[in-house]
Parts: sequence; structure tokens; C-alpha cells
Amino acid sequence: MSLVRFLNVAKEYPRGGVALSHASFQLHKGEFAFLTGPSGSGKSTILKLIYMEERPTAGDVWVSGVSARDASRKEVSMVRRHLGIVFQDFRLLEDRSAEANIAFALEVTGTPADMIRQRVGRVLTQVGLASKGTALPRELSGGEQQRIAIARALVNDPFVLIADEPTGNLDERATRGVFQLLRDINTAGTAVIMATHDLDLIRRTEYRTIELNHGRLVYDSAEAPPAEKAPSAVAPSHHDENPI
Amino acid sequence: MVIREAFSAFKRAPLLSVLGVVTIAFSLFAFGLFGLVAVNIRDALQAIENRVEIRAFIADGTPVEASSAAMGDIHAFPEVLSVTYVSQDDAYARARKELGEFSDVFEPGVLPASLDIKLKPGYRDPTTVQAVANRLKSYDFVDDVRYGEDWVAKLYRLRTIATLVGTGLGVAFAAVAVIIIGATIRIMVMARAREIEIMRLVGATNGFIRMPFVLEGFIQGVMGGLLALGLTWATSTAISHSFMRTEFFDPALATAGVIGGAVIGLLGSTFAVGRQLRRL
Repeated sequence: MSLVRFLNVAKEYPRGGVALSHASFQLHKGEFAFLTGPSGSGKSTILKLIYMEERPTAGDVWVSGVSARDASRKEVSMVRRHLGIVFQDFRLLEDRSAEANIAFALEVTGTPADMIRQRVGRVLTQVGLASKGTALPRELSGGEQQRIAIARALVNDPFVLIADEPTGNLDERATRGVFQLLRDINTAGTAVIMATHDLDLIRRTEYRTIELNHGRLVYDSAEAPPAEKAPSAVAPSHHDENPI
Repeated sequence: MVIREAFSAFKRAPLLSVLGVVTIAFSLFAFGLFGLVAVNIRDALQAIENRVEIRAFIADGTPVEASSAAMGDIHAFPEVLSVTYVSQDDAYARARKELGEFSDVFEPGVLPASLDIKLKPGYRDPTTVQAVANRLKSYDFVDDVRYGEDWVAKLYRLRTIATLVGTGLGVAFAAVAVIIIGATIRIMVMARAREIEIMRLVGATNGFIRMPFVLEGFIQGVMGGLLALGLTWATSTAISHSFMRTEFFDPALATAGVIGGAVIGLLGSTFAVGRQLRRL
């Protein structure tokens, strides 16, 4: 079943030029997909189109059957309640505890208080931070903060977890931990789409890889013959010619 | 959740919230001080205006019945508030009282009797006063009519200038207050841009996001309004005790001030959060 569907999608910014063109792919239930490519290749644009922060200039994006071109603001809000979004910079509220940050995602969608307590406890355990619920973000390590951000993304039981460079700010050990957590979440049935520059992560797994360059989808392992590997996943290539 | 979020913002960022309330309070206080001056000038001019009077002198030998009958007619004029008959004796007594040490200048019976006519508020401008005076002159028994043309004209000019200057300054003060309060609320909303962004990303509707900010702006507006009212009252009381008696706002005007603060707070935060939502 297709949860996310891109069909000939283009995105142009009035002052920023073409960010994406002719992008077509689907993300299915329970799938794990990497989005990779150099900076400015369109990875974040694809993620923003999925959570409807941006609307396509041409083509269309459907998320859980809702068209990004036609969705009303209310529909966008409703779609987002079924998505979990994780960013490189965690985006936690610094003046609230870890559990308050997670609870916030439920409070603003009108979830009853007793259910909030129960679900916050559950996701804190799931991300391995049950004992750190009362800690403020600044009292946690980078890896722990990202786990809290993931817990906040999970608390609404999303069908897709969108992760934009979730390990970009983490050391290798924390990266491994956070990535394993994302794998566990995926194993439990949630689809994950993860933008990353980390080729080691991509090489270590057999997950689907979608590669972008200059706003074009240049490789999708789901479309490629079984033997073919993503060019940049095999060895550093043109990515490294255009570093951040 | 909306009410709790609105109040918890005060707890989480007390300095910013106090800054908001104080800014609203001082902006409205400046406006309030101006209002206080305007109200007292208005009252002073009103008191002077209340003294506008037309005096129709009655010819000697006029029967009391004739002037009494005319009093009924004159009282029926739409502009007239009251008509008082002042006999020759009354005029003499009044003159002695008003002239003080020169009270012996007049002999009894020298001063003519008169009808003293006061006009209703709104009919004390030079044109109306002159029109009434001309109508009074048409009575046969009326010898002369006096109302201090120059004085009435000057008073009316002064009142017009005071109204124009007062309105202009009032609008300018109100605009400055709105701009300062608006900018402060915008800074406060921008300081919470991340919170707004996260609310949007987890699927809160724009209406839901706006509510705590709007409520918070309203509460700050009411608190700022009350503080401004207290400061204005304290200033007014201090001036009354130290320099001159001043009138404070009547309850309706005071309430309007607080409501004004609340409305500015509410609209300011509505616009600021709306702008922030469009930016994100």
C-alpha cells in the first residue's frame, strides 16, 4: 500500500530556482528508505513536500491519499498528526522537560490528559529514556535529545517517520544508537524515510536508497535491477566533489 | 489546554511577560496622562461655558405682567435652558455684591430690571447666542441685549482649538501606544517562534495555535490597562494634593481605558501570531 506518492513533482522557489524536478516515487507501508545526495540536491524539499510545508509547483504529492496541491490548511494539520518528523537540530523546547516536550505534541491535538501520561511513558521506554523524563533538553546529550525528538515524533503513532539528517549533529556512537532506534521503529511497522549524507549508514544496510542530484532523482534502488548498487553508496563519487 | 498554555507562558518567561505588561501599562499611562489633561481642560472650558448668559434689559415702566408673559415664550425657545427675572432691586443688590469696595457707586433704582437667559449646552456658540439675542431684541419692552460678543467668540474659538489639538494629540498618543505595544507583542511572539513551529509540525491547527497567544495578549492588555489606570489615578491624586484640584476619569472612561488595553493586547497578539504563522 502506497503511503506517499510523488508523481512528476517539481518545486521551484521564486528566488531560489528549481529545487526539484520530475520526481516520481512511492513509499509503501512498513518501508525504510534513505534519501541521499549532496547539499542542495532536493532531499529536504522532498521531506517538506511530504509534510506539506511546501506545495508542489508541478505534479502532485499524495500523503495517505491527501493531495498536497489541494489540501486545505485543516487537512494539512490532520495529515501531520499521522506523520512523525525528526530534524537534525532536534527542535525541542528548551524550557520544558523531556516528557513535557513529548506531551506537547499530544496536548496541541487535544488528546485527553490520562492518555497523554500513558503514551508519553510508553514512548520514553521505547526510546530507552524512561528515567530521563524530567530532564531538561540541556541536561541531555545530543543523542538523548534526538531520542526525545524521536519519541515526540512517535507518540502520535505515525504511519511514516520523516527524519531529516537525524544523525547529522551526533558522534558515531550516538549515530549508531539513533539509527538502531529508527530500525526498531521500522521493524515495528512504521515506514521511515531518512535524509542523510552518511554513506556508511547506507552501505551497512540493504534498505531502499533514493539518490538525488541537482533536484533530480538519479537513482532509486527499488527501481534498479537487483545487482545494481547506488553509485554513491558503493564509493564516494560526485557527492564528495560537492561537499557541504 | 489553551488557558493553561496562556497562563504558563507567564510562568515560563516571566521577564518577557512582565516586559509586555509594563510596556502596555506605560504606553497607556502616557495616553492616560494626556487624557487626564484633556478631561480637565474640557471641564474647565465647560465651567466657563456654563457662564454664557444673555441679559435682556427691560425698559423702565414695563408692567411686570408683560415681562412675565414673555418669560414663558422665551423659555419655550429650543435653545433656552432657563429664564430668570432680575428686578431693579435684585440688580442693585447684585451690583453691590460684585463691585465690593465700589458698591456705593450706584443708587437704588438706577440699574434696569432684566431677564437673564441661560442657554442649553450645545447652543452656546456665537451664532446661536447672537440669533437668540436678536430674537429677544424684537420684544417691545426690551431696551438692550448684552451677552459679551467678543468673550463668547473667543471662548468658542478656544474650545474649537482645544478640541482639534486634543483630538490630534490623542490620535498621535494612541497610535504611538499601539505601535509600541504591537512591537513588544511581536517580539514576544517571535521569541516563541520555535513553539509555534513545533505546534504546526505536530498537527495543531492555526486556530488552536493562535488561541493561547491571543488569550495571553488579552490578559496582558487587561493587566497593563489596570496598571496604567492605577498610575494615572496616583498621578492625578498627587497633583490634586500638591498643585491643583484635578478631575479623574469617570468610571465609564476608566473602564474604556482598560478595555482599550485588552483590545490592543488581543489584536496585537492576533496580528503578530498570524504574521508568524505566515512566515513559518
